[in-house]
Amino acid sequence: MQENGIGASVRRKEDQRFLLGKGRYTDDINVAGQTCAVFVRSPHAHAVIEGIDAEAAGAAPGVVAVLTGEDLAADGIGPLICGVQVTSDDGKPHRAPAHPALALGKVNYVGDHVAVVIAETLAQARDAAELVEVNYRPLPAVASTADAAGEGQQQIHEEAPNNICFNWPFGDKEANDEAFAGAHKVSSIELVNNRMVTNPMEPRAALGEYNSGTEEITLHLTTQNPHVHRLVLAAFNQLAPEHKLRVVGPDVGGGFGAKIFVYAEELVVGWACRKVNRPVKWTADRTEAFMSDAHGRDHVARAEMALDENGKFLAMRVHTIANLGAYLSTFATMVPSYLYAFLFAGQYATPLIYSEVKAVFTNTAPVDASRGAGRPEATYLLERLVDVCAADMGLDPAEIRRRNFIPKDAFPYQTPVVQCYDSGDYEAALDKAMELADYGGFEARAAEAKDRGKLRGIGFSSYVEACGIAPSAAVGQLGGGVGLWESAQVRFNPTGNVQVFTGTHSHGQGHETTFAQLVCDQLGVPFENIEVIHGDTAKTQFGMGTYGSRSLAVGGVAIAKACDKLIAKGKKIAAHAMEAAEGDIEFAGGNYTVAGTDKSMNIAEVAFNAYVPHSYPEGVEPGFDENAFFDPMNFSFPAGTHICEVEVDPSTGEVEIVDYTAVDDFGKLVNPMIVEGQVHGGIVHGIGQALLEGCHYDADGQLVTASYMDYAMPRADNAPDFRVDYAPTDPPHNPLGVKGCGEAGAIGAPPAVINAIANAIGAKHVEMPATPETVWRACQAAV
Amino acid sequence: MEMKAQQSIAAGRRRVWDALNDPEALKAAIPGCESFERSGENQFTARITNRIGPVKARFSFIIELSDLDPPNSYVLHGKGQGGAAGFANGSARVSLEDDGDNTVLSYELDASVGGKLAQLGGRLIDGAAKKLADEFFSRLGEAIAGEEEEAPQAAEIDKPETADEPEPGSRLKTATLIRLGAILLIAAILLYWLV
Repeated sequence: MQENGIGASVRRKEDQRFLLGKGRYTDDINVAGQTCAVFVRSPHAHAVIEGIDAEAAGAAPGVVAVLTGEDLAADGIGPLICGVQVTSDDGKPHRAPAHPALALGKVNYVGDHVAVVIAETLAQARDAAELVEVNYRPLPAVASTADAAGEGQQQIHEEAPNNICFNWPFGDKEANDEAFAGAHKVSSIELVNNRMVTNPMEPRAALGEYNSGTEEITLHLTTQNPHVHRLVLAAFNQLAPEHKLRVVGPDVGGGFGAKIFVYAEELVVGWACRKVNRPVKWTADRTEAFMSDAHGRDHVARAEMALDENGKFLAMRVHTIANLGAYLSTFATMVPSYLYAFLFAGQYATPLIYSEVKAVFTNTAPVDASRGAGRPEATYLLERLVDVCAADMGLDPAEIRRRNFIPKDAFPYQTPVVQCYDSGDYEAALDKAMELADYGGFEARAAEAKDRGKLRGIGFSSYVEACGIAPSAAVGQLGGGVGLWESAQVRFNPTGNVQVFTGTHSHGQGHETTFAQLVCDQLGVPFENIEVIHGDTAKTQFGMGTYGSRSLAVGGVAIAKACDKLIAKGKKIAAHAMEAAEGDIEFAGGNYTVAGTDKSMNIAEVAFNAYVPHSYPEGVEPGFDENAFFDPMNFSFPAGTHICEVEVDPSTGEVEIVDYTAVDDFGKLVNPMIVEGQVHGGIVHGIGQALLEGCHYDADGQLVTASYMDYAMPRADNAPDFRVDYAPTDPPHNPLGVKGCGEAGAIGAPPAVINAIANAIGAKHVEMPATPETVWRACQAAV
Repeated sequence: MEMKAQQSIAAGRRRVWDALNDPEALKAAIPGCESFERSGENQFTARITNRIGPVKARFSFIIELSDLDPPNSYVLHGKGQGGAAGFANGSARVSLEDDGDNTVLSYELDASVGGKLAQLGGRLIDGAAKKLADEFFSRLGEAIAGEEEEAPQAAEIDKPETADEPEPGSRLKTATLIRLGAILLIAAILLYWLV
């Protein structure tokens, strides 16, 4: 192993620039002649636009242009698209109402884009935006997830009767019903998965530049996937041909899913910079982010489990209403369908699963993927239900899980919900977590807490998630409009240092370090001689970006494959230089050696020979630069058990998380420190959902949590010191033996926390966020 | 939000109406009221500009009356556009009653706000609205006290407004109530905005 190779907790190289304030984010970039854009947004959840009077705004000081949906439509730009098709129960595709980037005659949520004002300065643009007079005729709003498809509800889109986007049944209903009919016991739960605002630290921003000489548009965006943005903007939004559009995702301050999607502002800025022939910049303020970033979660669900007399799961059925908001965001339909129902097996050998998902439109911001995307919703539902099953059967929550786990010798394991798990050892993670958490000592701790007037509870969450979505063929079969491979280019320079171009995008994950370690390990090049380059369609070959914990499991393998190609080519060059047969050349630790001799040549020398091929093997191309693509055979299936211990003050309802243990299976770890950071961040994200975060629209569709005054984010004092450990298994389909780790915490934590609270106060269920008020009320009810 | 309250004003009913009928007194009682004008039968427009903390906004209100029952009660509907600050819509049922030497004014207000008003102020509205209503009535009380000292003048103002009307009494009451209701609505809306 190289000193800074796979398995080393190398400090993150990107932190030097971040800690020195040298990061370069979209809003840091200023170009000559730049103008500022401000969007006029609807204050109504649902209204007809009877007229827009932009005359006063257009005449205001510094205003360059005021543009509306009609201007956009006249230029043939847009509409925004949803890239994944789900087939509804009537055999037709999901209903996809038109999603104009600037409203055409109607607004459908608070924050919907009505017009854009472009001015010399931000202040002038803001002042002028206030002068745009929009005559609205308000319509009744649909704000409730549960009632959106109810009878007599206001219709939002003509194309979607009863506000239904799709009804999606999955599984063998008849066999399922039969199993339920013959069950020893049926346990059930009804719950809400609270709507979240994803809240990356850096708000979204866009800077568009048009070069009339080359007719090229350059868009700097807060994006997790520059090439996907370019592809969608070019192929579906008619912004510019793909080769005349450059998308750059510079430093991006967190994404968590919210920066995957192609947003109205991005398309409008790209279009407007050409229209006014000036660079145009837009940066969201925090309230705009609350209003117009795609939100996450927002399900109302009911789940039932049929059990036999030993507590074995016989069948599970789930009915879900999923809120997709006012329009379909880029991948919205996939989240409550394939990324959700296909996870209902969890870690259990439940033989029959039946699910019905009703996806609805409401007059709220679009809902799409947010850290975990569907899998947290599935895991929360399942792991809460398992605890209810345990209580109904009088079994210990650890025991009922153990009885139902897919045994470790059953892999690869075909679940009844499409997924075929490639590897796992769920009992090993549970055992290790119970040991670390000192489960045996819990009763004593609870008794001690009781003496202090506190209710102590412990909660389990044994999750499995599917990340690194693949293979592309399966994505296509499911109605996805893209392939989900990843690409890499690994280029030696003549002086022996290495530039690695990846199609993934780092916005907090530390790829520049992790991927450099990988290359260091593969090629034996010193860590400091490796630079990882990403985020610019003009620099990197192609790529699908970063989301769904795919970067290492998919993008990392592409890098390794490019390294393999280099090593193979280098053998030819080294054989020639050392006057040996290619078959006798071995490569290890950065050196080509003639087997059985002390003749050796460093890979940097080989690279030099490749660029200065004065004495060079015949038929070998010069240069030392390789591309590779990787399309995995399967998803990656990280799994683990999290155990949360809480203390509840029954007099105030306040919950303190006093202990938290996470034992995860992420396969092989490249940088354990970075992985641990991802685990910490993910758990805190999950704690935020469980205890604090809740996005609320009132009955009129007004967003009443639009700032940090009303939307609580988790802070350091909401979390204890975590106990983090691993129980790895080797995923056979992944050449590096790695799994994704970025979302696991956000998936595993919410049920662990709520199970602990329910355990502490003796309640069947407590809704998220379990604020002091909610918990106090539950305590009163439980008394 | 919903708000229901009664205010006792230390003046006779007639005097309260007189004061409420005085545009200058009303302007003085409503912070930032720029204009208050009739725009049609039972329809009025008002403009209020105010700066609250970092937010400056001008509201344009359209106020319409219904269920007129002079001199007892009516329902007032108001729609206010506050530009970037959002909007405020509401209706109020307003009534006036004698109570010895005092006049009791009752109102039930049901209002909704949108845009920034809802996003940034929602949960503090009720408390702030009550506080502002108190302020409004105390200022109004002061205006009445001042009027008392200049009673002849006040009477002069009343006369031309009512002289041409076939039913001077009920017209006066209606006009008074219109303004009173409008002020209440505006006051409540301002309160949202305060927070």
